Amino acid sequence: MRNAFGQPQSVLVLGGTSDIALAVVRRLIDARTSQVILAGRDDAALTRSAEELRAHGATQVDTVLFDATDPGSAERAIDEAFSVAQGPIDLVLVAVGILGDQDTNDDSAVETAKMFSVNLTWPAAALAALRPRLLSQGTGHVAIFSSVAGVRVRRANFTYGATKAGLDAFSQGYAESVRAQGIKVQIIRPGFVRTKMTEGLSEAPFTTDVDAAADTIVKGLGGTAAVIWSPPPLQWVFLVLRHLPAMVWRRMPG
Amino acid sequence: MTSNNEQLLSGWGNTAPSLATVTTPRSDVEVAELLASSRGPLIARGLGRSYGDAAQCAGGTVVSNRALRHLSPIDPVSGLVTAGAGVSIDELISVALPAGFFVPVTPGTRQVTVGGAIAADIHGKNHHVEGSFMNHVTSMTLATPTGVVTVSPEHDPALFWATAGGMGLTGVVTQATIRLLPVESGYVTVDTERFNDLDSTMEAMQTGDANYRYSVAWVDCMTKGARLGRGVLTRGDHTPRAELSVRQQADAFSVPTGPKLAIPFTPPSGLLNRLSISAFNELWYRKAPKKRDGEIQSVGTFFHPLDGVALWNRLHGTKGFLQYQFAVSDAHGDVVRTAIEILSDAAVPSFLAVLKRFGPHDPGPLSFPIEGWTLALDVPVGPPQLPAILDRLDTVVAEAGGRLYLAKDSRVSAELLRVMYPEIHKLREVRERIDPKGILASDLSRRLDLS
Repeated sequence: MRNAFGQPQSVLVLGGTSDIALAVVRRLIDARTSQVILAGRDDAALTRSAEELRAHGATQVDTVLFDATDPGSAERAIDEAFSVAQGPIDLVLVAVGILGDQDTNDDSAVETAKMFSVNLTWPAAALAALRPRLLSQGTGHVAIFSSVAGVRVRRANFTYGATKAGLDAFSQGYAESVRAQGIKVQIIRPGFVRTKMTEGLSEAPFTTDVDAAADTIVKGLGGTAAVIWSPPPLQWVFLVLRHLPAMVWRRMPG
Repeated sequence: MTSNNEQLLSGWGNTAPSLATVTTPRSDVEVAELLASSRGPLIARGLGRSYGDAAQCAGGTVVSNRALRHLSPIDPVSGLVTAGAGVSIDELISVALPAGFFVPVTPGTRQVTVGGAIAADIHGKNHHVEGSFMNHVTSMTLATPTGVVTVSPEHDPALFWATAGGMGLTGVVTQATIRLLPVESGYVTVDTERFNDLDSTMEAMQTGDANYRYSVAWVDCMTKGARLGRGVLTRGDHTPRAELSVRQQADAFSVPTGPKLAIPFTPPSGLLNRLSISAFNELWYRKAPKKRDGEIQSVGTFFHPLDGVALWNRLHGTKGFLQYQFAVSDAHGDVVRTAIEILSDAAVPSFLAVLKRFGPHDPGPLSFPIEGWTLALDVPVGPPQLPAILDRLDTVVAEAGGRLYLAKDSRVSAELLRVMYPEIHKLREVRERIDPKGILASDLSRRLDLS
């Protein structure tokens, strides 16, 4: 169960190999988390992460496999996670996503469809499958990784940005749909974070490392804000950026 | 007939709400039927004054005891009364006082039920003399998943005492027989004394409390340095009829009245901050006389000052608040100072800190009071450093052989709770006997791995 500070005892990570999500989970283990379920595609990587979390102090870590290019696997993954948990899941982190390569995406129907499937269709389907579970357990907290890239899309990564914009919008409505039942839903909008996903890319302003992002997110999870910005000043930066004329936005660096 | 509805429930601290089906049975037979047909989790709830998650049950059933309100006549000789579990201390006082009796133990609010008083084994300002609530319960009826039983210290003492402070995890109390205290009036004669620092407050309590039935100190946690922990000590006893004024004698058993004010809505968190609380504490301290003996106060003023404002918990804002209450033995009285220092250094605002002395522990494995000191402080949720600070304080308390009060707790770790309550296995043994399927569970019991 979550305590008065919202610290969870059991956590499910969809996208269980995400660097940021794992850093968040390590911090939660330092507080009250003892049970973790890592769900993802890469069995070997999940097993390695699970081992690492056990070494960090989690008493029970399980893994669940799914393929985010197959939206049909979403419901099965949620069912399996809850059957493994054998009790309420206090926090679900939705960290499924790929960055993709815009040059490839530009002209590829297959790659574009894959981006939308992994980043938007699968997570939305999983959230839908999760909803009755949360309502019947009578408690729960969901945090969904969106991105500042979805707040205003750029030429350089618009496919990724569009998928995140879709997931962000979906999550806003999802949050409202369970609000009266006491289920807390938060959207995480990180800026550029140095992870294996962004390795080799040129850094944008307000770039942070994984630890700084995880600190901000964990603090946000304990609070009541609907959106967790990382780093926090991006909230105000994007308040301005999203209203810039296209002519100016086009010329922004990063 | 019982009525069902889904409700989002939280404790008095307004933290960690969860959704449950609330049902209100009208008799112990209906409670027994509920338990027999339930797959759980299920937990009883009274007036919801536990600060944390003791009387809520995510995804399960919450059994309100508020329709179990029968009250027997009071035996004028023995003072024994049998009350339904849903009878509140307020209702009990208003019936008992005109008959010349008072409740044997009252907490800082009258808005708790008899069932809740047993489940938390509540204490009052008289614990150092008269012990906790269960010391005055001669028998009770408990609906368990394996049947309805009547238990007492003589009949099934293991179940009786596991229920004392057992937070509802041994069954749903349906009624209890309580020995009331004969009094000559509804007034209390109070001595008040103000002290500049913590040491002199504690010394006065250690040397003088034995002379009073009731004693409590209010301690200022916002002051630093030499004035750290300055306090106002109030002690008293029920006023003999002969000492009342002519006007008071005309209404010698004056019954406390309901709240005159109510907080109409929950303001944003932060209204009670370091500044406003410091100012309040300063006023409270200045308002108290340096020393005043023999003041005659009403029951409500002396025992339940906060009952004058309905829903005062809302003042702590939308994020809610918690109350940190621990007990330590006399040998570890220094933990009181350490706790105040830790909170004062961390600049965590704490509104009311209440310091009391406890008498001997009763046989309940989860009953909170142990002989020595208890300190209770309200802290609003919000300061990001608070979770880690309280975790640190938990360690200090546990290492001193002390413990936290489950009726107040909303965040301690399951591991430390085991250290704090070394006899906790006795609860487990009783539960294996009366609840083999593990139906009885609350958010608290699942958080602390008690069910």
